Amino acid sequence: MASIETATIQVDQELDVRGLNCPMPLVKARQAILKLDVGRILKVISTDRGSVKDFQGWAKAANNVTLLAQSEETDSGGKTLYLHYVQRTK
Amino acid sequence: MSTAPMELDTKSAVATNGVGDAAQALPQRIAALEARLEEMESRIPKDKVTMVVFSGDLDRVLAAFIIAGGAAAMGQEVSMFFTFWGLNALRKQRKLQGKKLTEKLMALMSPADTRGLGVSKLNFFGAGALMLRQMMKEKNVTSVEELIDLCAQMGVKMVSCEMSRDVMGIDPSELRTGVETGGVAAYLADALESRVTLFI
Repeated sequence: MASIETATIQVDQELDVRGLNCPMPLVKARQAILKLDVGRILKVISTDRGSVKDFQGWAKAANNVTLLAQSEETDSGGKTLYLHYVQRTK
Repeated sequence: MSTAPMELDTKSAVATNGVGDAAQALPQRIAALEARLEEMESRIPKDKVTMVVFSGDLDRVLAAFIIAGGAAAMGQEVSMFFTFWGLNALRKQRKLQGKKLTEKLMALMSPADTRGLGVSKLNFFGAGALMLRQMMKEKNVTSVEELIDLCAQMGVKMVSCEMSRDVMGIDPSELRTGVETGGVAAYLADALESRVTLFI
């Protein structure tokens, strides 16, 4: 995980959860990934710093998702964005 | 690897009898092993989280529903058991009709719904709770009402304790819809096969 170059990941859907706090990024991501077919990749854009560990925990506990990569970005307003690339595996 | 002998009765049969008997005993041994495996599998905890919500404090109830929502999102089966003050978290409306005097007093002194829940510290007759709600709003944290609805949507099971509901004179119609009723065994049956169980 995380060593993958995120630019090369073929994202099937993007989910914007900016401004949302724990546990909402996880809840929204779960709802979104269940609507995707197996093998599809969801990119989650969050401003919640805690979501970094949360998504790692989710991937560890759940048997139907893999966390392909995580990265950080700064938006035009100087805010840090936390990006998560999750694949549905089951 | 441990070399401890396996406690299988079929093993001694193999050891004491001839080769032909051993071959015959093999299916029997497999059957015994399968039965054991099945029994062991039935005792392995499931992807399940259970909670006892005893407190009716806004902050504690909020924590309970954040954990429940998070667990449900992680694909866990979640079951919440509400007892005593925790029942206040499930209240939707207040009814006084048909209640005894003590029950009426209890109802009047209890919050009519989740909007009336106080905080465990610095409540100051509800001012603290209002302040916490305002601060949560500013930080864009989901309100307890939204979280409860969300948990229900995600299939979180909510069970109200029959005994404490009866003691406090709370009618099932005062609680939100979809709430099941149960007792200690209902909670324990779920808790015994859970990986995580919390008392809040």
